[in-house]
Amino acid sequence: MGSFRLTKMSLRNLGRKPATRPYPQQPARYTPRTKGHIVNNIELCILCSICQKRCPATALTVNKAQGTWTINPFSCVQCGTCVRVCPKKSLRMQPEYTAAAAQMHDCTLVKPEPALDGERSLGSERPQRSERLPGSERPQRKPRPERPSRIGC
Amino acid sequence: MAKHTVIPFGPQHPVLPEPLHLDLVLEDERVVEAIPQVGFIHRGLEKLVEKRDFQTFVNITERICGICSFGHSLGYSQTIENLMGVEVPPRAEVLRVIWHELSRVHSHLLWLGLLADAFGFENLFMQCWRLRERILDIFERTTGGRVILSACNVGGVNQDITNEDLRGIVHILEGLVDEYNELVNTFLTDSSVANRLRGVGYLSKDQARDFCTVGPFARASGIAEDIRSYGYGGYGLLSAFEPVVAEEGDGYARCKVRALEVLQSIQIIKELVEKIPDGELSVRVKGSPVAGSVAVSRLEQPRGECFYYAKGNGSKYLSRFRIRTPTAQNVAGMVHTLQGCDFADVPLNILTIDPCISCTER
Ligand code: SF4
Ligand code: SF4
Repeated sequence: MGSFRLTKMSLRNLGRKPATRPYPQQPARYTPRTKGHIVNNIELCILCSICQKRCPATALTVNKAQGTWTINPFSCVQCGTCVRVCPKKSLRMQPEYTAAAAQMHDCTLVKPEPALDGERSLGSERPQRSERLPGSERPQRKPRPERPSRIGC
Repeated sequence: MAKHTVIPFGPQHPVLPEPLHLDLVLEDERVVEAIPQVGFIHRGLEKLVEKRDFQTFVNITERICGICSFGHSLGYSQTIENLMGVEVPPRAEVLRVIWHELSRVHSHLLWLGLLADAFGFENLFMQCWRLRERILDIFERTTGGRVILSACNVGGVNQDITNEDLRGIVHILEGLVDEYNELVNTFLTDSSVANRLRGVGYLSKDQARDFCTVGPFARASGIAEDIRSYGYGGYGLLSAFEPVVAEEGDGYARCKVRALEVLQSIQIIKELVEKIPDGELSVRVKGSPVAGSVAVSRLEQPRGECFYYAKGNGSKYLSRFRIRTPTAQNVAGMVHTLQGCDFADVPLNILTIDPCISCTER
């Protein structure tokens, strides 16, 4: 039995760099697998609602009739289940954490219409909506395109 | 007869890491009785099993507790696999054990740090938590999360760790062992630690058995009981497993058991990395649990044996899910150790069972 067992380690630590990083002067470190936020490539999405059914936090709402996919990023717990179950692999987990926001908002993506040409009704996944003119019933084609602080948009 | 004073202790108290309330009946400076009360953070997670399907619920079990999050998802998955007769691929079994043992390492390092903090050894506290960071970094690199891993699902695991990364993990752990040994040396041979812990919260072997204590709390009283020795899941690949046991039954013995279990866990990870088979990570679980089917499973969490029960009702929702957590088992023994101790030793006594009230209340 004796005292000062830790002295050697303590003295060694005096000459070392700090074990923690000085955030925010030094940016946060991400790994490729870090669960930051969910993004959806809406072009690939077929609005099948599987992600909505499997989301444990009920953060997702898919409305096939209106062609929208909505995420509430403040409910999402980054579990990655939706990414795993998506049959079209349109969802991805991005490593960056998102900034805090003063207002809790949903984030809605609208599926673009298929091209309005003669072949549309043959290849269209939603022929019942073939009469709709682009943009006539929908608020926006691509809402808020490049806003890094918004999640999934 | 000396006058009795009742001192309410917790649920919020500077020295208490957990929201536990105790009414301490004191006679001068000595505790004559301790009446525990829990229920401050009950979230009704077991009831939620009726509202979330059995595959999704694994994400909720993870959130029962921040320290044994992986353990709970593993315990739940094992129970549902038993319920539905699912065979988990061998690689997934081993990956589960590796993550689970890493959880044990980080849990014990956290506890050792808290213990050092409780007896006023700030430097030791910082060093323990510094080493713990490396385990959290391994978690982040392999699963994407530092605390909530979302790595386990019913039927297997969600992510692979490549064999190269596994060797990298072993390399990190070897570096950690060198530094950790210095900390173990401090915990086990420094007189200031021994002076503060020896004889505190004594529980004899018979008492430990009578109070049905589990985990390091029981093993520190000489009960060689560890569910891992039954070889469930990936533990079956180990060549040998001997629980770490101490005979003294006091706070110092509990510190010793946990300090040595970290080294044991690292040894287990090293051995399993050598033996990990290749193959599938997950099997698809189809259908729903049969109506009236019942399954149980047991798991050695960092704090002790954890028991899971699930009952199916023919739909994709379970009709009952129940967890008996190690802390729920250990509270009776803890209350016993508090009787007759000095008031100043109460926080240390509570800490030495490593209570987790989040698990207990769910
Ligand atoms: S599961 Fe994939 S394809 Fe289906 S709605 Fe969700 S994002 Fe779209
Ligand atoms: S990551 Fe999980 S919580 Fe978030 S939207 Fe996907 S399934 Fe829901």
